[in-house]
Amino acid sequence: MSDTDAQTVAFARETMIPAAPPPASQRGAIRWLREGVLSGPLNIVLTLISLWVIWLVLRDFVPWAWRGIWAAGSLDECRAIRDSRYGDGASVACWAVITDRWRQLTFGFYPVAELWRPPLALVLALLAVLPVLFAGLPRRLLWLSAAAPFVIYWLLFGGTIWGPLLTALGLGLAGLAAVAVGRQRGTGWGALAALAVLLAAFLDPFGLVVAGAGWLDGIVPLVPALAASLSALAPGSAAVWAPLLVAAGLALVGFLAAGLWRAGSPVAAAVVGAVLAAVLFLDLFAWIAWGLDAARLDGLFPLVPPVSDWLSGLAPLGLTPVDSDDFGGFTLSITIGLSAIALSLPLGVLLALGRRSDLLLISAVSTAYIEVIRGVPLIVWLFTAQLLLNYFLPPGTNFDLMLRVIIMSTLFAAAYIAEVVRGGLASLPKGQTEGAESLGLPYWSAMRLIILPQALKVSIPGIVNTFIGLFKDTTLVAFIGMFDPIGFASAIRADTDWQGIYWEIYIFIALVFFAFCFAMSRYSIWLERRLERSHR
Amino acid sequence: MTDAALAPAPSTDVAVQIERMNKWYGQFHVLRDIDLTVYRGERIVICGPSGSGKSTLIRCINRLEEHQQGRIVVDGTELTSNLKNIDRVRSEVGMVFQHFNLFPHLTVLENCTLAPIWVRKVPKREAEETAMHFLTKVKIPEQAQKYPGQLSGGQQQRVAIARSLCMRPKIMLFDEPTSALDPEMIKEVLDTMIELAREGMTMLCVTHEMGFAQAVANRVIFMDQGQIVEQNTPREFFNNPQSERTKLFLSQILGH
Repeated sequence: MSDTDAQTVAFARETMIPAAPPPASQRGAIRWLREGVLSGPLNIVLTLISLWVIWLVLRDFVPWAWRGIWAAGSLDECRAIRDSRYGDGASVACWAVITDRWRQLTFGFYPVAELWRPPLALVLALLAVLPVLFAGLPRRLLWLSAAAPFVIYWLLFGGTIWGPLLTALGLGLAGLAAVAVGRQRGTGWGALAALAVLLAAFLDPFGLVVAGAGWLDGIVPLVPALAASLSALAPGSAAVWAPLLVAAGLALVGFLAAGLWRAGSPVAAAVVGAVLAAVLFLDLFAWIAWGLDAARLDGLFPLVPPVSDWLSGLAPLGLTPVDSDDFGGFTLSITIGLSAIALSLPLGVLLALGRRSDLLLISAVSTAYIEVIRGVPLIVWLFTAQLLLNYFLPPGTNFDLMLRVIIMSTLFAAAYIAEVVRGGLASLPKGQTEGAESLGLPYWSAMRLIILPQALKVSIPGIVNTFIGLFKDTTLVAFIGMFDPIGFASAIRADTDWQGIYWEIYIFIALVFFAFCFAMSRYSIWLERRLERSHR
Repeated sequence: MTDAALAPAPSTDVAVQIERMNKWYGQFHVLRDIDLTVYRGERIVICGPSGSGKSTLIRCINRLEEHQQGRIVVDGTELTSNLKNIDRVRSEVGMVFQHFNLFPHLTVLENCTLAPIWVRKVPKREAEETAMHFLTKVKIPEQAQKYPGQLSGGQQQRVAIARSLCMRPKIMLFDEPTSALDPEMIKEVLDTMIELAREGMTMLCVTHEMGFAQAVANRVIFMDQGQIVEQNTPREFFNNPQSERTKLFLSQILGH
């Protein structure tokens, strides 16, 4: 041993002390009891009080739930069974309302013969995210993930398969053009090529296919519609509005493009100019110009319906169509929730990058968007979707309410996601951007390969938090007349059979929501740990 | 070691040309009338007190900082707000940072292959071969599959050098590459840099390692208050400094 050496001032260790385990009082259950529960008089008292409170809550609830009645056709029947089994007025749950009405709560008015479709769609959706989330799976499976939305849409809404197929084909072509041109000429030109293909494939810019659109209207379909609305507001000014609108639109496009051009980015200038022109004039989402009785995808892509009708005539492949009014219960909540979740993440990331951009206009627009959307309650936006949009649309158009709600929820969640991701971006050291720049990586490559993977990893808790909030907020659609589980709860309670019941339905709804949200939360914790480990 | 032990004297071929360059941070005039010509194969050490603008100067050469007046021409390309030119210059100019700036979410090998694959469009396998070649050269091929967080500071800095070399740059910039390292690790990084100098790489190096300057540099530049105060061969610079400011600086850092 070395303690002989320790007697003198000069000291050299001859043997190293081996590592030993900590003492028993610092390990396992004993340590947990000592430190977590019984560490002092105050904590002992608090532990006892907590146990007492837990007892108070469970004393009544557990027998109530456990002795509950599962088989009955109405609340009166339920009470009769209760009185005969447990004595008059015993406090007992009547779960029979769930067994009686679970189908409504889960599927709404979805046709009974087609009930296999929504669960299959959900399973497909969960399978489709696997390759995105698990880097260990073969990268080729991502193609299946890309195909999944179209299959899911087809499963849920039925109808001919040609519509979703054509849409997928068009988007696939656009993607192909983006990759091919992007490899040769850079990201900006790639985006431009994709945009051109999209325009040609879906939007019918020259109004050649969609009947009834006049020549000029076909090129700039938004102008006549808007001009007509404005003329109605100020009679006698019809001739002024069309040229004025065109001039204003062109001026805005020119202003933006010129700004970007001066910032040394002619490609970005061209792309932004083209996109803005398309949005302003071409009515990208065809909300206005093409009389939108057929909403959903048909409204988004006006070229698809005629072609798909023609193909259906040749080869009628399809499922029974289901109207979006028939969606209800958890099917509605999950459809809206998952669509908005999937769409809001990319939009939020773009907004976060936009807010941090050096280009003044882009950052100002992103900031204004985020602040306005966040500053107004979701319910107001939902009422906007339900009521106000109809005032702006030309008379006779009927733009699917469910699609409007999905768009509104997406836009709303995107603002929150943007702020969460911005926090993640700000948490990265400046050196990461400089490291990427010093290697000559262009902006988008640097963002995609270096900055975003790290920023998103930091943002996972906040992103999942936003998703959980968004999913629960889908219950707000009950207030705009849609039958989500909450909407159905009110309907069931208004029914003569079940009038007077409340705890049981809401507990059931709460449990289902809890199961989904808790799964998301556990998943995010698991993902964080896994990413944490892989970088150490 | 003396200059003679190194690669032959630099050519008359210009690598970097800086003319009357000025830069401000807000109101603060950080670089004043910088004139500097770097010839191909030259090894320049830039030193000076903190805040003298030496880091800013070399960060202007690959436009991590924007200059406001004057001209900077790197490898025949003038740096303007043209993004394409900037990316071209950056892919020809390697940079090594004080804090390494490795990408922590990628393995050492991926750190080295990323830019060749995405900027130079080199096939993945070829990029990996190049990366292993340079990792062998900086003497850490066995760490290729690890993440940067698992390596020591000295190893990380050598990975950063290898990462830059994988782009086969014509010019290398070093921004205080050893300032964040433990004393035990400085030598391994300096050895790597000396090796690089021996092969004739054009190098601009901001450092306080005066031993390195004496051993490797063709030219030592002393900066103060955003200006080049003195430049000379290492021998003259250390043995016979001309300006009072240089004498003071040298007495401060060599005077223990």
